[in-house]
Amino acid sequence: MTVQPADRKARRRAAPRTGTVSPLRAGPYLMLAPAAILLLAFTIYPILSSAYGSLFERNLSTQQQMIWTGLGNYQALFAAPVFRQVLRNTLVFAAGTIPVSVSLAMFLAVQLNRRFRGSALFRTVFFYPTVIPMMSAATIWLFMYTPQYGVINRMLGTLGLPDINFLGSMETALPAIMVMSIWKDAGYFMIFFLAGLQSLPAELYEAAELDGASPWLQFVRLTFPLLMPTTLFVSTVSAINAFKTVDQLFLMTTGGPNNATNLMLYHLYEQAFAFFDKGIAAAMTVILVAILLILAVFQNQYVDKRVHYH
Amino acid sequence: MHSRSNRLSISALLILAALAAAWVIPLLWTFNTAVRPPDQSVSVGSMFQADMTLANFARAWNYAPFGQYYLNTIILVTGVLSLQLVTTTLAAYAFARMSFRGRDFLFLMFLLQMMVPAEALVVPNYATIRALGLVDTRVAMMLPYIASAFGTFLIRQTFRQVPKELEEAAAIDGCGTLKTLWHVFVPLARPTLVAYGLVSVCYHWNNFFWPMIVTNSPDKRPLTVGLALFAKAVESGADWSLVSAGTVIVILPLLGLFLVFQRQFISSFMQSGIK
Repeated sequence: MTVQPADRKARRRAAPRTGTVSPLRAGPYLMLAPAAILLLAFTIYPILSSAYGSLFERNLSTQQQMIWTGLGNYQALFAAPVFRQVLRNTLVFAAGTIPVSVSLAMFLAVQLNRRFRGSALFRTVFFYPTVIPMMSAATIWLFMYTPQYGVINRMLGTLGLPDINFLGSMETALPAIMVMSIWKDAGYFMIFFLAGLQSLPAELYEAAELDGASPWLQFVRLTFPLLMPTTLFVSTVSAINAFKTVDQLFLMTTGGPNNATNLMLYHLYEQAFAFFDKGIAAAMTVILVAILLILAVFQNQYVDKRVHYH
Repeated sequence: MHSRSNRLSISALLILAALAAAWVIPLLWTFNTAVRPPDQSVSVGSMFQADMTLANFARAWNYAPFGQYYLNTIILVTGVLSLQLVTTTLAAYAFARMSFRGRDFLFLMFLLQMMVPAEALVVPNYATIRALGLVDTRVAMMLPYIASAFGTFLIRQTFRQVPKELEEAAAIDGCGTLKTLWHVFVPLARPTLVAYGLVSVCYHWNNFFWPMIVTNSPDKRPLTVGLALFAKAVESGADWSLVSAGTVIVILPLLGLFLVFQRQFISSFMQSGIK
């Protein structure tokens, strides 16, 4: 991203592989510089500095300098019951939300891919949560889940069932957050399936129709396998979302009760900005980056290539 | 899929209707609560017969500086988007049409940003912002998002489809690289730029985590952060008509735009693949 020395530039191949010759030799570097400098400062440097910082811990006697601890922070993290619970919560969250939101999205797309009266309205209804802020979704669902006044408890009340403190009890808090996350994401995933369905060859379905295959058989034998790339793509997006879930926790549960809804990113925030443990926060950043990188590499290597890189 | 029957089976329609109800009730309930007098919002039967009022909106507007929050959010999204459009178009052109040493390395660097979302890097990035003395500034809220690998790749895809002849014609007319970019590439890529802009505006209008971390005064906070503080303050009093009014104030613009430009929204998000 820096301009090369003059002699180096002179020895550069005159004929570029593709495209036109830039009148300015420094041209491409100057054009990339603004983005590249910011990427260096806010993507590359923070990853490297976290990796380095994760090897140090606060000197407990002075509370000032950082001292070398090797992999001590990582050992401390995996030994800590709270971190293990956070990891477990995040995996439960992922395992619960991915299959439900992805299969729901697929069902909606298959049904709404046909044009019928009201199909556009249905799409609107399922997609709108995508365009509202997660924080508004959080205020809305906080209200929904509230004991006595909330819609859900009122419905339970009309049925003669007891009030449930959804966000206040250990058993229901995480599932309640999962339900609102599914509500927020399913419509977004639906549009990828709609796009996928649109690209399926019509002849296959004509042939299947001629063979007298039932709609269900057509779905099982044709639609489902043909949509597999989209399913994998959407599932990875959903997995990445699980590891990025944080906004709603600030308002709805603050990770409670008793860490029942404490997820990776929220715990990272606590470690850095509430407990001020730099070494542990750096180690958690590294773990989170590693998980997200693995998911992204999977997405790029094996899954539907939405953007063609080379 | 064209050959499939356009009719929906009754059972599928029933399931769809039930799901649609589940999807839309939270929003309707919020709107309904926002326009009811606080004492009437409590009873179940009042849903369709209670009085309508705009008093809750006035109360919410007076309770928290929503006007200021709006201004902050608008400055934030327009600032981020205009800077993004400059950096991404320049970088996209370089990647689409130029060959230079270190291209693959730079490409990998951009790819890395797409794989590691900014949310994961808030802790080290906050340290950088503090070292730069930028805590609680608008610039701090924008900085990590101005370079956008996602935007660069999206626009590069479109730039690659621009016919070589157009570029050569521009060169013969004496246009330099930047002029060619501005007069040939940018107009041809307008649909992509609009789609990218829409996704970017949505993302930053809705963004909460990073702005919450780097701001600490009301005159900088965007709507999402303001709403969180507002809801936290009001929640303890269980004044749900006030919370609902605040929620409606925040979601109304994007929701309205979405209802009007639905097609554009959905196709933009479809193109994006990544929020």
